[in-house]
Amino acid sequence: MKRDPIYGMMAEFDSATALVEAARATHHAGYQKIDAYSPFPIEGLADEIGFHRNAVPLVVLIGGIVGGLTGYLMQYWMAAVSYPLNIGGKPPHSWPAFIVITFEMTILFGGISAVLGMLALNGLPMPYHPVFNVPRFALATKDRFFLIIFSSDKKYDPADTRKFLEGLDPRSISEVPS
Amino acid sequence: MSEQYKSAIDADRAPVIEPGYTFGTVTEKISAIVLTRPASNGWFLGFGIAFMLTMMMLYAIGYLFLKGIGIWGTTIPIGWGFPIVNFVWWIGIGHAGTLISAILLLLRQSWRNSINRFAEAMTLFAVAAAGIFPAIHVGRPWLAYWLFPYPSTMGVWPQFRSPLMWDVFAVSTYATISALFWFVGLIPDLATLRDRTDNRALKIVYGMLSLGWRGSARHWHRYETMYLLLAGLATPLVLSVHTVVSFDFAIGIVPGWHTTIFPPYFVAGAIYSGFAMVLMLAIPIRKIYGLEDFITERHLQNSAKVMLATGLIVAYGYGIEAFMGWYSGDRYDAFTLWNRLHGPYSPCYFALLTCNIFVPQVLWIRKLRTSPVALFFISFVILVGMWLERFIIVVVSLSRDFLTSSWGMYYPTRWDWMTYIGTIGMFLAAMFLFLRLLPAISIFEMRTLLPEAEVKE
Repeated sequence: MKRDPIYGMMAEFDSATALVEAARATHHAGYQKIDAYSPFPIEGLADEIGFHRNAVPLVVLIGGIVGGLTGYLMQYWMAAVSYPLNIGGKPPHSWPAFIVITFEMTILFGGISAVLGMLALNGLPMPYHPVFNVPRFALATKDRFFLIIFSSDKKYDPADTRKFLEGLDPRSISEVPS
Repeated sequence: MSEQYKSAIDADRAPVIEPGYTFGTVTEKISAIVLTRPASNGWFLGFGIAFMLTMMMLYAIGYLFLKGIGIWGTTIPIGWGFPIVNFVWWIGIGHAGTLISAILLLLRQSWRNSINRFAEAMTLFAVAAAGIFPAIHVGRPWLAYWLFPYPSTMGVWPQFRSPLMWDVFAVSTYATISALFWFVGLIPDLATLRDRTDNRALKIVYGMLSLGWRGSARHWHRYETMYLLLAGLATPLVLSVHTVVSFDFAIGIVPGWHTTIFPPYFVAGAIYSGFAMVLMLAIPIRKIYGLEDFITERHLQNSAKVMLATGLIVAYGYGIEAFMGWYSGDRYDAFTLWNRLHGPYSPCYFALLTCNIFVPQVLWIRKLRTSPVALFFISFVILVGMWLERFIIVVVSLSRDFLTSSWGMYYPTRWDWMTYIGTIGMFLAAMFLFLRLLPAISIFEMRTLLPEAEVKE
């Protein structure tokens, strides 16, 4: 498959407010495949670019449940099935004593799946990405805000899209080579 | 964010961040410590001393491995000497980092943003220092992996009814989650360093560590959800860790250990000593690196208030212990109290009351709460007091149990002291390196506190 030589069109903004407004206008104009970049999380920005599905909580819930079950069943199997030992006359399956480790394993699995789940859903680690080809994009981790319209968008047209972005009053516009 | 900022600059309170900063200046100021500021002679001197203490610790541990734990003062009846005292002390110190990063995040305390990063680093290094002690205390440290449930050729498994096993799981979970929390918090800032540095090698190192973070809105959205959930998981975790540590004692029957007040009073004590350590680190760091605009009087004062509150909970714990000694009618409990007041270790108990209860009461005075020098010394006194508390719980209780025939005294040897002081050196050496290699203040969270971060509709 031949790759499109152009990844998208990127506009640079000065403030969080300008970025949110530009993202809203772009989405309303009918562009579907867009993304926004900012040096810190901006509340509501994901909504403006049409991103609503967030699977992280589900991943954490599953991780936590798996962790809790693993913790409890591990102790049950080891203490009551695999090698039962009589310790001070306590029953092999002394469940109250198993609660602490069950709890800790719930937290451990939940926490690890939160971090790994977030990274996996975000497609990280990814050391190379086309947006890094834009020299000014280095400011996206400092004090500038960027909006990109991907060339894979149905509405994308080099001339029209540039004109549209110019209408949003950005600081600069650059074509992103892929 | 704007409301937080407005309340932050209201008239009678010092601001969380001094006015006049922009995204650019905040970024430059914090990343410059890592990227452009040359290491001073003072840094080399401090790191050198800390490094030598670390070597001393390794020497003491090496000798321990050759000779066995007979080189320590630990012996029957005091089978839990310095190693357990130091283990509990270090684990407790670690608690402040998670409290600041997780609990204060859930409570929307925006002032935490300037101190969470290095408090988390402090947690990590404190837990590392703590982890050394149980491992070398088991007597045959090369078999310490027996603590974990692995399929062995003997077919036996760990004894899950023992609080010591709970402790293994609690502490290793705590270490893992603290490291994850710290690392994911660093990812956006590592990306900032990647984009700021001109050094090709550093660019590659920070680039790899940042995992290619680019600040996409989708990424931020998942990131924030993850961060909040991780904080929600870390909150009960941090409370559970010192609870489980206290079970090591409370589930035993030794007088002075067998009490239900232990879990809450251990957790409060942990946060008490942890904030003392945060202040002892923050006060010199803000001075030396000129970060008074980010770590302001507000942070000092809030930390002092947390210490005052947790200190009072600890005082209540001491009070209840004494009360129960009398009210339970149990002669061994009563004797424990008498022994603390009049026994051979009574100077330790009076020093404990002075350090943990009497001296910190000066924090009621506003002037002292905002004075860095005073806070530094009060924090030091609290750290000494909290160490004494663990010494009294571990050593004094074991030295006088039910039978006079099993009474004994504990005398730490030079190897005990070398190992203990060595872990302080290791902790400080790691802090020195951290300050130079990674941003000590969370840059992206500081940006969210600025008035320009507000989205105007």
